[in-house]
Amino acid sequence: MASLRLDLSLPLRGFDLELALEAGPETVALVGPSGAGKTSVLRAIAGLARPARGTISCGDEIWFDADRRVDRRPEERSVGFVFQEYALFPHLNVEQNVSFGGARPDRLLWRLSIEHLAKAKPSELSGGERQRVALARALARGPRVLLLDEPMAALDPHTRGKVRAELHDLLRELALPALLVTHDFEDAAALADRVGVLVEGRLRQLGAPAELLGAPADPFVAEFAGANVLEGIAESGPDGLTRFHLDGERIVYSTDEARGRAALVVYPWDVSLARRAAEDSALNHLEGEIVSLVQVGNRVRVRLPFLTAEITASSAERLALRPREVVFASFKATQARLLPAD
Amino acid sequence: MRALFAALLAVATGIALAFLLLPIAAIFLRVPPGDLVGALGHNVTRDALLVSIKTSAVAHAVVLLIGTPAAYLLARRRFRGRGVVLTLIELPLVLPPAVAGIALFAAFGRMGLLGDELDALGVQIPFTQAAVVLAVAFVESPFYFRGAIAAFEAVDGTLVDAARTLGAGPARVFARVALPLAAGGLGAASALALARGLGEFGATIIFAGSLQGVTQTLPLAIYAQFEQDFDTALAISALFIVVGALLLVTLKLYGWLRFASIFRSRFAASTSS
Repeated sequence: MASLRLDLSLPLRGFDLELALEAGPETVALVGPSGAGKTSVLRAIAGLARPARGTISCGDEIWFDADRRVDRRPEERSVGFVFQEYALFPHLNVEQNVSFGGARPDRLLWRLSIEHLAKAKPSELSGGERQRVALARALARGPRVLLLDEPMAALDPHTRGKVRAELHDLLRELALPALLVTHDFEDAAALADRVGVLVEGRLRQLGAPAELLGAPADPFVAEFAGANVLEGIAESGPDGLTRFHLDGERIVYSTDEARGRAALVVYPWDVSLARRAAEDSALNHLEGEIVSLVQVGNRVRVRLPFLTAEITASSAERLALRPREVVFASFKATQARLLPAD
Repeated sequence: MRALFAALLAVATGIALAFLLLPIAAIFLRVPPGDLVGALGHNVTRDALLVSIKTSAVAHAVVLLIGTPAAYLLARRRFRGRGVVLTLIELPLVLPPAVAGIALFAAFGRMGLLGDELDALGVQIPFTQAAVVLAVAFVESPFYFRGAIAAFEAVDGTLVDAARTLGAGPARVFARVALPLAAGGLGAASALALARGLGEFGATIIFAGSLQGVTQTLPLAIYAQFEQDFDTALAISALFIVVGALLLVTLKLYGWLRFASIFRSRFAASTSS
């Protein structure tokens, strides 16, 4: 299986996109805030945007080489592109959309369970169905690389989970270099083998989802991965711990080492809540008034003024938590990561 | 005060409508319909009808054939001087047709810019049917250009990108994506241009003259019959009104059907999901 290699520089409005990446038969997700240049990466690979410098190659095929003046046209690169909002041809039915590239659509319609929609126009389909048609169309010519631009963004929350699981299975089965762009870290973590965080055209960190969660390179990556990022001042504490003064009067402890201005990172699912100050092994207890409670599936995200905790829905019910009530948030010093401040 | 203003608006609307519709109604009211149909059988009318159909068809075919790809290029490409080109294309729209006639003379007449070259080829254009075709094409093409460029510009660029990643070269993108998606707008522009071409008068009478059976189109026949046989002039006018009304109704109906189908499919999609 051919691997995709790119090393390019592409001027965008406000900054230059600089990216070097190699992807084997795996799914690599590019996440980051909107306007970070994620879509431009996909467009450059597909030949829809021309980098100022660099190279793009797939296996032994060179698709772009600025120095050697190689720039294959989009129709001569073997990419399957699933566009944001899918970009299905509105005047063609599902079958005609899928066979646009010239291949017979039957097997793909069957594989994606959309045979029964063969004669339907895109405007008659639901979001999830459109996504499948877009996938079938992108795969119809047997591409060597798959590019997916926000494939989940156009879906409503309750179909999202199911579609995500199906897409995950499909990507594993295809075993193609696949580049997935999303602004949602959860989607990225669920679908990709490796996740790259792109901010203002630069890759801040690239690694397995667990690596990004466990050892975020900087506070931005941590925040993007869903962590609470608290700013403060670190100093040497008792028993080899680091004492961390939050901006305010509160003090927490971490097993990480840091001195001076720093960022403390703790994930919402590592924070537990109690009605009374608990006497347990956790070193860190912060008291605060509940700002809001939001249920996400079987979990509840409880927002306090300084951090967010994520607990099970049943725990939230047992504690009978309500907004404006005072609770104690606890987390262990071993779960508090310290990073140099941005 | 409020009632007075409302009454003022109503009166203004009434006057405007009456002013626009009364002359049109008068054409049908002055002569019984039977006589109108009879007058269409006159050989002056028949000749003019044939000249009009022939020249308009040729001119319109040329305008569509050349105008469509040119409009596609102007809609898709961004280049220096594009704004100037688009403005120049629209210039004939604001010119009096008589000026168009003189301009065609200056270009293709015997003493004109290309006069010697055409003479050498043994081609003489003024006062022939070719002159009618040129005059009609000249005045109607800006109408088609404007509408066609707008129609192509309205085609979602992402769909073009999608087609290219699916292996379609420029010609296939044009034929399978841009053309079908712009078809509605192209049809409307085409109808408008055709109507303008059929009604062409000023440029034709100057550049092609008004020779019955050769260059005398329907509008020229109206003018010629105006003093000789007013009923024939009326009959031809009535024919124009009917054709024009049919064209308008078709356009509106098409627009309405398109809107209805979009609305219906949106509605269907939102209820099924």
